[in-house]
Order: sequence, then C-alpha cells, then structure tokens
Amino acid sequence: MTELLDILANPAFWIATLRVATPLILGTLGVLLCERAGVLNLGIEGIMVAGAFTGWLAVYAGYGLWTGVLVAALAGAVFGLLHAWLTVGLALSQHVSGLGITLLATALSYYGYRVSFPKVNTPPTIEPFAAMDWLPIPILSAQTPLTLLALLLVPLLAWVLLRTPLGLAVRMVGENPQAAEGQGISVAATRTGAIVAGSALMGVAGSFLTLSAFNAFFFNMVNGRGWICVALVVFASWRPGKALLGALLFAFFDALQLRLQQAGDAWLPYQVYLMLPYLLSILALVLVARKAAYPQALMKPYRKGER
Amino acid sequence: MRLEKRNHTSPAAYVLAPVGAVVFTLLISGLLVLWAGAPVGQTYALLLQGAFGSVFALTETLTRATPLILTGLAAAVAFRARLFNIGAEGQLYAGALAAVAVGGMHGGTGLEWSPYVLFPLMMLAAVLAGAALLLGPALMKARLGVDEVVTTLLLNFIMLLLVSALLDGPMKDPLSMGWPQSVALQGDMELSKLVPQTRLHTGLLWAVSLAVMLWALLARTVPGFDIRAAGANARAAAFAGVPITRTVVLVALLSGGLAGLAGAIEVAGRTSYVTLDMSPGYGYSGIVIAMLAGLHPLGVIAAGTFVAGVLVGADSMSRAVGVPTYIADVIVATSLIAVLVAGLLTQYRVRWK
Repeated sequence: MTELLDILANPAFWIATLRVATPLILGTLGVLLCERAGVLNLGIEGIMVAGAFTGWLAVYAGYGLWTGVLVAALAGAVFGLLHAWLTVGLALSQHVSGLGITLLATALSYYGYRVSFPKVNTPPTIEPFAAMDWLPIPILSAQTPLTLLALLLVPLLAWVLLRTPLGLAVRMVGENPQAAEGQGISVAATRTGAIVAGSALMGVAGSFLTLSAFNAFFFNMVNGRGWICVALVVFASWRPGKALLGALLFAFFDALQLRLQQAGDAWLPYQVYLMLPYLLSILALVLVARKAAYPQALMKPYRKGER
Repeated sequence: MRLEKRNHTSPAAYVLAPVGAVVFTLLISGLLVLWAGAPVGQTYALLLQGAFGSVFALTETLTRATPLILTGLAAAVAFRARLFNIGAEGQLYAGALAAVAVGGMHGGTGLEWSPYVLFPLMMLAAVLAGAALLLGPALMKARLGVDEVVTTLLLNFIMLLLVSALLDGPMKDPLSMGWPQSVALQGDMELSKLVPQTRLHTGLLWAVSLAVMLWALLARTVPGFDIRAAGANARAAAFAGVPITRTVVLVALLSGGLAGLAGAIEVAGRTSYVTLDMSPGYGYSGIVIAMLAGLHPLGVIAAGTFVAGVLVGADSMSRAVGVPTYIADVIVATSLIAVLVAGLLTQYRVRWK
C-alpha cells in the first residue's frame, strides 16, 4: 500500500501518465472527428504506423521535427482520402475498408522501412523533440511540444464541433444526412473533409511515438494503441473533453502497472493490471450503450436520393 | 461522381472483376518491387515457385492455409449474420489454451484416458472456449446494442494478456527453461501427417470439410437461412419469426467455435504447445480472407490458399532476390481493397458528371 502511495506522490509517475496519454489523445480526437461525421475509421491502427514511419523518415532525411509532424499528418490525410473514397464515394462497408487500410498502411510502412534500411540490426536514431523546460508548469514542462499540441487540440476541436457552423455541418451529416442535404450541405464533401482531417490527426498521433516518445522506428511500435482510441471514443460518448479524460485514465493504469512491476511489489501478475483498461473500456461500452449517445448515421452509407 | 445500380450484370463481369483486381494489385506491387531494385518478372516467378513450385513449397503453403481457412470461415459465418467478429485472434488462443488444458492432462495427472475419448474432448473444449469468448459480445450486441467490433477487438488484447499470465504462471511448462510456453501435448493427441517428411497435417482435411459443411448449412438448412436473414435485416427477420437470440447463440458457436478449433488444430498439428507468438495474426487475416471470398465458405478455401501462398512464397522469394517479405502483406491488403472495389463495380455503374 505504501508502495502505491509512493508511486502516486512521485511527479515522475504523472509525467509518464501524460506522456503515455498523448498519442491516445491525438488518435481519439481523430477517430472522434470521423465518427461525428458518421464514418467509422478502423484504419487508425495502420495510419498511426504510417505516421510514425513517414514522420521519422522525414526527420532522418534531414528535415526539421515539425516538418516530420507535417509529413505524418499528410500521410494520414492520404490514407484518409482513400478511406473516404471507399466509404463515402463507393459506400463500401466501413468496417472492411478500415481494416483494409490498416493492413495496407502497416504493410507499406514496414516494406518502406525494410527497403530503405535493408541491413540494419539496430534501428537508426534521430534527435527527438526536447522537453519544454521553459514552461513554468510542473509535469507539463517535462513534456514535448506535441503533448501541448494534443492538450490544446481538445478544447479547439470541442469548440469547432459544438460552436461553429462547420462543426454543425459535421454533426448534421453524422446524425441525419438527409436533413443536412436538405439544408444545402454536401454530405460527401463534409464527410470526406472530416475523415481526411481526422486521419491527419491519427498520423500525428503515430509521429509522437517516433519523434517524441522514442527516437527510432520499430516494428509493432503502435501495438494496438489505435484500437484503444476506437474504444475510447465510445467511452467518451463522442465528446472531446471526455476523450481527454478517458485517454488519461487509460494511461494512468498503463503507467501504474509498469511501476508496480518495477517495484516488485505487485500482488497480482502484471498482466492483470494491463487488462484493467480494456476491461474498463468494455464496462464503459455497456454503460454507454444504454444511453445510445452514438451519432445516429454512424456506419450508414449515404447515397443521394436513396433511402 | 455518382453510383447507379446496374439492371443487369453480365456473367463475364463476375469472373473478370476479381481477375482485374489481382492484375491491378500485381501492377501496383510491381512498382514497389522496382523500388527495392529487383526485377519484377523474376520476383513474381520466384514468389509463385516458392508457394506452389515443389512438393515442399505446396505442403508449406497448405500448412499455412489450414488455420487461415478456419479463421476465414469464422469471419465469413459471423459477417453473414452481420456480426462483425474481429475477435478471432483471441478466440484462436482461447481454443489453443483449452486444447492444451484438456489434451495435456494426459499422463501427468495419473488419469489414463483413452485417446479416443480425450481427443474429441480436447477439440470440443477448444470449440466451446472460442464460442464462449464470442458469446458475450454477441449477446451484448443483441440485447444492449453494444458495438461488437470494439468489444471483440478489446477481448483479443485481454485474451493475449491472459495467455501471457498463464504461460508465466499456472500453465507454464516447468521444463521450458524459463520460456513462456505451455506443457506439450502427448504424441497420441497430435494430428498425424498428411504427407510424410513435411509439416502438412490432417488439419487441412478438417478445414476443407468444415468449409463444405458450413456451405451446406448456410445454403440448405433453416438455421442457415435464419443466419442469412438476421444479417440481411435483423428487424424484419425478427418480425418474420426468426428466433434472434437463438440465431445469435448459433453464430457465436459457429464463428467462435471455428476460431477456437483453429487454435486447437495448430497446437495438435504443428506446434504441440501454446506460445505467445503461435499465431502471426491468423485471426485478423481470417477477416481479409472472408472478404476476398465474398463471405462464401467454399471461396474461403481458395482465398485462404491464395493468402497462404503469397506469405509462404514471399519468404523464399525474399531470400533469393532480397525484396522484403512485407511485400506479401502489401499484396494481400491491396488485393482486398481492389477486390472490394471490383465487386462493387459489377453491381454499380460509375457516372462522372
């Protein structure tokens, strides 16, 4: 018990929590934006891999760190455009298209990595983002600018979605595309825009891993983080603020199990602690389902003139 | 761009669409082969040869195809009922664990079971374990409207962590020199070899016969009709008197059971014990295979063999010309998307305006 209190009293623990949460925050916002427009994006897992790889590759090739982030966003946007074409343009199953994109983006990234570095055993490294020591806020000052970006994007996305005409259009095509079309909103264009922007965020989420958390690209480095973001969106009832909360909670458990393991004082196998966030997510899904807060047109393709 | 439903699709289109999709895939992937600095024609020839060009290559491909066909069937039957089971990976591990738990009791515990009793029990345990893992999400979807994609996906992670915990603890083989692996099955619990001196085992016959049975079930029986009706329109099906809960339970039993069986057959046919890396994502590949097959059980045999061939062929091709093996995943992913688009174009006409 004292071990647990020691861990919670240590600022290093909270620094780790916020660091673990950062890619989850960015990815969850990305999924949230797509889903608010009515489109599930299971491509996230692969798009994060692509973002991690392309962002890192750009920096390795000599470009600046922020250029790397932009490149990752661009890579995400390209896969988002493909997803939009398949799901909005051709009205294919959103589940299947998303899984296909995850597969494609992951395969292309791994292939690209192996072609670019055929013979290396230790992954080549870059100089990643430095901590923001100049910031007079504890815990946050130990983070890199991408964490600050993620935290700022939460209120920004909430404001855009809930307070601007653009956000209203996005929400309308996600709730009632017929009505939106009646208001003169192009369902196809709005959904495409939301998917592309959301996927760009997923790319940035991936780039955090190679440009901030680590300094190299590894296989399997995304390791299911994308799928967790998909669950977090439901957990968050499609609200950016709650998405931040969910990501922090998830990261809290993740960081906690790591420390309990290191302390050698865990009463349960460490895997049980790792399971907790997933079990909590399922529990949250059951509770949320009763409220049926999801966008009404989610996963329903829309064809003009068809009912 | 706008899609218009075709009134008539020529039979040739149904054949040409997938062929065109594969040709398109090979062209696109050819660019990537060029990027790696290898001759495209030779690379594809080596890939084909490595997959089907010798008895050894063919048996390796079919060995790899066995679990893929089973997880492909698992995905196909669930998707038919519009239950998006993304959890075949976890169900496969659940089946593998159950198989070792039952089949590994043999000998050590003092119980002397006849293999003729224990083997069916082992397979049954695997089926039930896989089914149990899907039943929860399936019922939560039917009763509460909880999205099964996310729940089955999350259960994969939970299941892998459970396997990891069990292989570190109660199910760890004390003789494994510290490696997290389970006790091995006794020899009489293992599947026999189909071709001597190769890894190909009789599990392939299981997979193929189950595909035929599943096709007959879906196409020819009342429960099969119920499954398809529930997938086409759950509300209308319920109104028409299709027993929805019973159908959901049946689908969970079939889909989860097939995935669980895939795990048991891998253990009994190939690995003989459970490790954390016994499946390189067979559960996820099964989804792709089901989609490539158009959710048709017999098509799953062909699609499973195709994917296994690409994976196995890429391995030997990679050793010869140095194109990374990940080209196999690129080919599979691209062909999935291309086949989907091609299938759509057989039913819809694109109008540019």
